[in-house]
Amino acid sequence: MSATLAPAAPASSAPEPEERGRSLASIPRWMWALGVIVLWLAVWALTKGNDTLVPAGRELTDVQKSLGGFRDDILASRTDNPLIQFTYDLGSGFTSVVDWFQRLLSIPDFPRPVPQIGWLGVTAVATWVGLAIAGWRIAVLVAVSFLSFGLFGYWSDAIDLLIVTFVAVGVSVLIGMPLAVMVGTGNRAVNAVTNTVLDIFQTMPTFVYLLPIVLFFGIGAAGAVVCTLVYALPPIIRIAGHGIRNVSETTIEATDSAGQTWWQRLTKVQLPMARKTIVVGLNQTIMAALSMATIASYVDGPGLGRPVLDALVKNDVGGAFVPGMLIVVMAVMLDRSTTAASEYSEIAARGGLDLRLRRIVLAATAVPVLVAIYLSRTYPWAAELSDLGWTPKVADAVDSFFVWFTDSFRGATQGFKDLISSLLLNPLQSLLAESPWWLAAGALLALTVVFGGVRALVPTVICIAGLLYFGLWHDAMVTLNMTLVGTVLVMLLAVVFGVAMARRRGIDLVLRPILDAGQTIPPFVYLIPVLALFGPTRFTAIVAGVVYAAPVAIKLVADGVKAVSPSTIEAGRSTGSTRWQEITKVQLPMARASLVLAANQGLLYVLAMAVIGGLVGAGALGYDVVLGFARSEEWGKGAAAGISIVLLGIMIDRIARAAARDTAR
Amino acid sequence: MHHPRKKAAGLASVAASMTLLLAACGGGTISDETKKNEANAGSAGECGEINMAVNPWVGYEASAYVVGQVATEKLGCKVNYKNLKEDVSWQGFGTGDVDVVIEDWGHPDLEKKFFEGEGDGSAMDGGPNGNVGIIGWYVPPWLAEAHPDILDHKNLNKYAKQFATSESGGKGQFLGADPSYVQFDEAIISNLGLDFKVVFSGSEAASITAFQQAEKNKEFLIGYFYEPQWLFADVPLEKVALPPYTDGCQDDPAKVACDYPETELKKILSTSWVEEGGPGVTLVQNFQWTNDDQNQVAKYISEDKMKPEEAAAKWIADNEDKVDAWLQ
Repeated sequence: MSATLAPAAPASSAPEPEERGRSLASIPRWMWALGVIVLWLAVWALTKGNDTLVPAGRELTDVQKSLGGFRDDILASRTDNPLIQFTYDLGSGFTSVVDWFQRLLSIPDFPRPVPQIGWLGVTAVATWVGLAIAGWRIAVLVAVSFLSFGLFGYWSDAIDLLIVTFVAVGVSVLIGMPLAVMVGTGNRAVNAVTNTVLDIFQTMPTFVYLLPIVLFFGIGAAGAVVCTLVYALPPIIRIAGHGIRNVSETTIEATDSAGQTWWQRLTKVQLPMARKTIVVGLNQTIMAALSMATIASYVDGPGLGRPVLDALVKNDVGGAFVPGMLIVVMAVMLDRSTTAASEYSEIAARGGLDLRLRRIVLAATAVPVLVAIYLSRTYPWAAELSDLGWTPKVADAVDSFFVWFTDSFRGATQGFKDLISSLLLNPLQSLLAESPWWLAAGALLALTVVFGGVRALVPTVICIAGLLYFGLWHDAMVTLNMTLVGTVLVMLLAVVFGVAMARRRGIDLVLRPILDAGQTIPPFVYLIPVLALFGPTRFTAIVAGVVYAAPVAIKLVADGVKAVSPSTIEAGRSTGSTRWQEITKVQLPMARASLVLAANQGLLYVLAMAVIGGLVGAGALGYDVVLGFARSEEWGKGAAAGISIVLLGIMIDRIARAAARDTAR
Repeated sequence: MHHPRKKAAGLASVAASMTLLLAACGGGTISDETKKNEANAGSAGECGEINMAVNPWVGYEASAYVVGQVATEKLGCKVNYKNLKEDVSWQGFGTGDVDVVIEDWGHPDLEKKFFEGEGDGSAMDGGPNGNVGIIGWYVPPWLAEAHPDILDHKNLNKYAKQFATSESGGKGQFLGADPSYVQFDEAIISNLGLDFKVVFSGSEAASITAFQQAEKNKEFLIGYFYEPQWLFADVPLEKVALPPYTDGCQDDPAKVACDYPETELKKILSTSWVEEGGPGVTLVQNFQWTNDDQNQVAKYISEDKMKPEEAAAKWIADNEDKVDAWLQ
């Protein structure tokens, strides 16, 4: 959900007066929560196992059948449905754009045996662009990244992924910026609606809409671009909209008094002043687009996801590792480039650069770039980079590392899994999923009121009603359980590593790239080692969720703790507090808003991996989604499960936001 | 802002001269090969293109690339391999994106949608591909050796406790498979009165990893699995005997208490592609080979880490007689 808007969202929401809590202020919130839980446990002990809504057999409910029927009707009408014909043409348009770029950059353009521009030319142009927009450091990073694509033997796949990403991001910007302006200048109602729609876009598991997308847009590049687009669009709308909205009122008023039109205000004041935030939005959109790389290859999307999936079907950990790491390299390259470009343009705008010198440098360096393009069109050595044969060696090394690791630690990891399962997972699952539905629902509502206030009650009621309607209540509770346990582990890591990163710059420097890798490496790369260590279990799913969610939470906590003012810490030190006291009494309490936000984001990120969980033996909603994707007759159930995941996500998010509002006050 | 126009003009002239240079200089091997390709383009065979779906498992890949390689090398067809899941492949028949699914394990629901009769007629049965799917309950080899009686379902309850895991709630764990397969294990377990609980692995990768680890660490594991599969070259799983399959014993999903039938794997083809005809169609319709053949190529791909094209070419070179039969 607002994952990408992270740092600003809850803290910036306007503080609104609320009476709840004031009159009962004498009783702290956790006491109320404890009361609810004790009551829940008492009723659970008496009613356990009744009305749990476990579906009998594998029959679909009527709602699930009608979802499937709806899909079948669309499918049957595909030859004469004007909407499908329109979207199909649109899809063909995407395919031809991607194809044109591919022939230019990555695949042989028949009758040529090679693309129009070979590796040398492409690398030179990319490096030059890096130099032009962000300076020589980025230029070096870009050059090294592009060379690594070629030297490891994945040139075509890597460039294909770049092409699909850029087409999807380009369309995201075209659609997203007008919507961002609407969000940034619109009223509350517009915002509320857009937010909910974006929440659905971001939490709906891709496997649910992959088949319909193929139906509407076709397979290959078209399907890949569209499914990437769906996931990549929300960040730019949210973050750019947020930036536009937050342009200072006084500036707008001052320029308004000069009698400007709405358009002038937008283009001369709001957009330029929000530029930095808009770039952050663009950056997050690119990251989201890259994270779809593997999924897109399920529908023949071109890119680095292909070799990852190819290796997965052979359980070839090493084979998946290299292309997986190249996706990380690409993500880091694009992330650092966009960030640096934004800073660079700011320096340039403030006159911090010698523009004349810069132009001379760019013009002078353009010459070798053109030569490189020429060479790469003419000579085979400059057109096709022969890989150095490193890939099989790296793959073998990775394989033997994981075999060694698994053999050495499997006993310990299995023990740890069993411990967490019997202490945390199983009891909590028993409480959530073996309570009668009315008890679990009632308890969730009561906890909502305790943590989020009456405001959060409405969305929770709607979401619970939705879960019941779609007929997967029991599975939803099992998924909720895994999500909660995963979040506990994420928060433990977040506090330990977040504080360490905030207190020691060295640790920060070492950890950041690892965290970036954790966030962008496709889970398919590490699923098999994790499976080997923990077996096909719910805990494996949790580990996958934690790998994905912990980086975000750790970064948020680190930034929050860093932001605690040094003078406060100084004051503490002068009174002679120990390091432990300093952390627990000063830094963590002061960073409480960040902790709440980290927990919220952690929860949603863990939930986002529910489907991956379905692939590794965790069952529940994730499995239902995978089932619907794999077997046509079960699509209705898969769709119901996808909607249930969305409902869980929205419910958790709204409760957490309401709680954060309370905490921030 | 000093002399932008002058600079721009300078840049433009550099660019222009480079373009000239680009246009002027032919030569080198790239342009040679381009000319060769141009010349060859005219003499291409009558085969045309084959859009070959590649479903995500190694055995499938083996069949697809062997057929594709024969079509390319012997018939001069252009084969487009498309990495797709089964459902997506079937959707592609009607749009012209997919011509051939070379190994189908049975999708009655999709047949209903796309076969002539009930469906839109975009797909048709292309006959058996010679492979036989053997689905059933399997245990790792060490377990079959240490406790031979485990290969009879009647003795499973004796060992139920040893099969228990953190997921199975005190009962024995039965590892269900990738959801792409139709599975009746919950019904079989309850109808045979077994003290087991089905835990779905959710993917082939998860099932394979589980069996590999169980063999390596001598752990109890029983689950749904199938042949032909490359894993058997590495870990030859043993099949547990269930009450034998009889016609109709799996008709009512709730009452199943018998083994899975042997599945004749078949080819599914695009109706319009078959109607167009040509040597490619004949090849695909003639293609048949055995489980051993497929396992051989699958082993080249998975264990020997050969590229699928290379693996296929190697097998084709070693089996000229079989390939010739397909080309008749």
